[in-house]
Amino acid sequence: MNYNVNQKGYYGTFGGAFIPEMLYPNVEELRQKYLEVMAEPDFKKEFNQLLKDYVGRPSPLYFAKRLSKKYNTKIYLKREDLNHTGAHKINNTIGQILMAKRLGKTRIIAETGAGQHGVATATVCALMGLECIVYMGEIDIARQAPNVARMKMLGAKVVPALSGSRTLKDATNEAIRDWINNPVNTHYIIGSAIGPHPYPDMVTRFQSVISEEIKWQLKEQEGRENPNYVVACIGGGSNAAGTYYHFLHEPDVKIIAVEAAGLGVNSGESAATSVLGKEGIIHGCKTLLMQTVDGQITEPYSISAGLDYPGVGPMHAHLAKTGRAEFMAITDDEAMTAGLELCQLEGIIPAIETSHALAIFEQKTFKADDVIVVSLSGRGDKDLDTYIKYFKL
Amino acid sequence: MNRIQNKLQEDKKLLSIYFTAGYPSLNDTVTIIQDLEKSGVDMIEIGLPFSDPLADGPTIQASSTQALKNGMTSEVLFNQLKDIRKTVNIPLIIMGYFNPILQYGVEAFCKKCQEVGIDGLIIPDLPVDVYHDDYKTTFETYGLINVFLITPQTSDDRIHFIDSVSNGFIYMVSSASVTGSQSGFGDENTAYFKRIANMNLKNPQIIGFGISDNKTFTQATEYAKGAIIGSAFIKFLSDTSVNAIHEFVKAIKN
Ligand SMILES: Cc1ncc(COP(=O)(O)O)c(C=O)c1O
Repeated sequence: MNYNVNQKGYYGTFGGAFIPEMLYPNVEELRQKYLEVMAEPDFKKEFNQLLKDYVGRPSPLYFAKRLSKKYNTKIYLKREDLNHTGAHKINNTIGQILMAKRLGKTRIIAETGAGQHGVATATVCALMGLECIVYMGEIDIARQAPNVARMKMLGAKVVPALSGSRTLKDATNEAIRDWINNPVNTHYIIGSAIGPHPYPDMVTRFQSVISEEIKWQLKEQEGRENPNYVVACIGGGSNAAGTYYHFLHEPDVKIIAVEAAGLGVNSGESAATSVLGKEGIIHGCKTLLMQTVDGQITEPYSISAGLDYPGVGPMHAHLAKTGRAEFMAITDDEAMTAGLELCQLEGIIPAIETSHALAIFEQKTFKADDVIVVSLSGRGDKDLDTYIKYFKL
Repeated sequence: MNRIQNKLQEDKKLLSIYFTAGYPSLNDTVTIIQDLEKSGVDMIEIGLPFSDPLADGPTIQASSTQALKNGMTSEVLFNQLKDIRKTVNIPLIIMGYFNPILQYGVEAFCKKCQEVGIDGLIIPDLPVDVYHDDYKTTFETYGLINVFLITPQTSDDRIHFIDSVSNGFIYMVSSASVTGSQSGFGDENTAYFKRIANMNLKNPQIIGFGISDNKTFTQATEYAKGAIIGSAFIKFLSDTSVNAIHEFVKAIKN
């Protein structure tokens, strides 16, 4: 079984580029050039240099001793929270801003939910001196004020998405409309492993530095490259794609994907796409998607804005369908509890998205000598308000 | 021959009107179609509303949201249209995004279209390549004409490919934009209109996006077989009344 994208842009039956003709020239240009550009020695050099000196990579692979003791297994945390701007998102925005420059683009647009990708995009635009417009749902603007302020300080223009449910899905729609209206000078930096081909693959490749590092870091610490499990939370699936990438074709490495169950998978307030979704088309790709029987896209719910997306990247839809990955759904309450536990056992305040991945240890028992690598996708500073309200701190 | 092909043979410039099915009220669909025909419109695009219309501006988005709230679905639309061919003769095209059609089942959808007398489809997010490889035979089995969009950025090669896959007309998007965001055409638009007119394509072209009044209609049809009005008509329906459609059409045709 092949888990990588094929020539036509599909992962099994998922993926493709279902885009209006207006987007065709831009997406096609990217499709034709992305692999070639990424393979250029100059590009690689600049990308790696920035990841090292600007982002602070490699991010540590940290053996979480007290957490491991509690669950009687060996848990390693891949510390993407220590990256500049506080999450894995910047691996992708560094890659895409360099791509945009190679393509001669001068104007950058992005969508954001929690604001992490918006901040990471605004950051690289400041770094490169490019104009930056970030679309963000009106509701998310209200609930993620600190990140809105960060984007503004970094010189980005934050445009409220006023249509639909006024959250991440609608911000993505607005960004796509902007791209239709600005077809020549603009590059759209998509923030997850979603969208029309080649985006899911391009984002995955930029994020794959995560698993590339895990391999040699684990070799150093455990004497072997492959863990028994890799674990990540999934919104659109970019930190997960990066964490899994170099293990996809290693049959001895089990993959766990953690989705947000919200108030409960069957509560009507959930974002557990692999359970609730059906094959459909969202934002230019065929994937699993939460929708009505009539094909209207429905509103997901999760306490974490970054997992509050009605679809999932096409690679993950394929991993779910083929059974290559085990999908688990974690509720708001389970995630919040696991987040607080990490604070108190390891002195790390995780993003609420990440807390979902950490909550699996209450659900699933591992062997004492299992080596489990969890993607600690981001830090919890942006979520302090939510933590404060939830725990009445 | 399909009604669209017949209409395209007529020696006149064609006026096509888009509206969102189920807007302003759920059951306005049939009346709007009948009134448009009576007012002298040549062709109608019935919009099947979608929750996430990527290629549409605020006006059509809002009408889609309202239509969905009103209860519009593919099934409801087909029911409303079941006797439409008893009263209406002009070509009818359904314009909708691909996901609702995919969920209905592409073949079931095409079959239903044929049953009620729909002549063609416009599916902005179904690319010509995918259509050509996966769906062309199904559409043709049910006598449906699929219409593709081109834009000022579409390369000549691709336009020729689209022309070869088409068997009705080519929908020329007037400028790089979502629906409803133009106010009049400038030199750049007309240069593009001329360029396409000079390509001598097999299929006639109909221009859409940004046509809102007699002036833009006249400008567009100077270079193309016809023009499509969408957002301006939706605006008229919400600002004026469903009972005054003839006034809108008269003002366009002047
Ligand atoms: C810290 C963190 N983790 C995970 C996610 C989810 O995104 P993805 O599934 O693309 O990794 C987000 C998105 O905002 C995030 O900020």
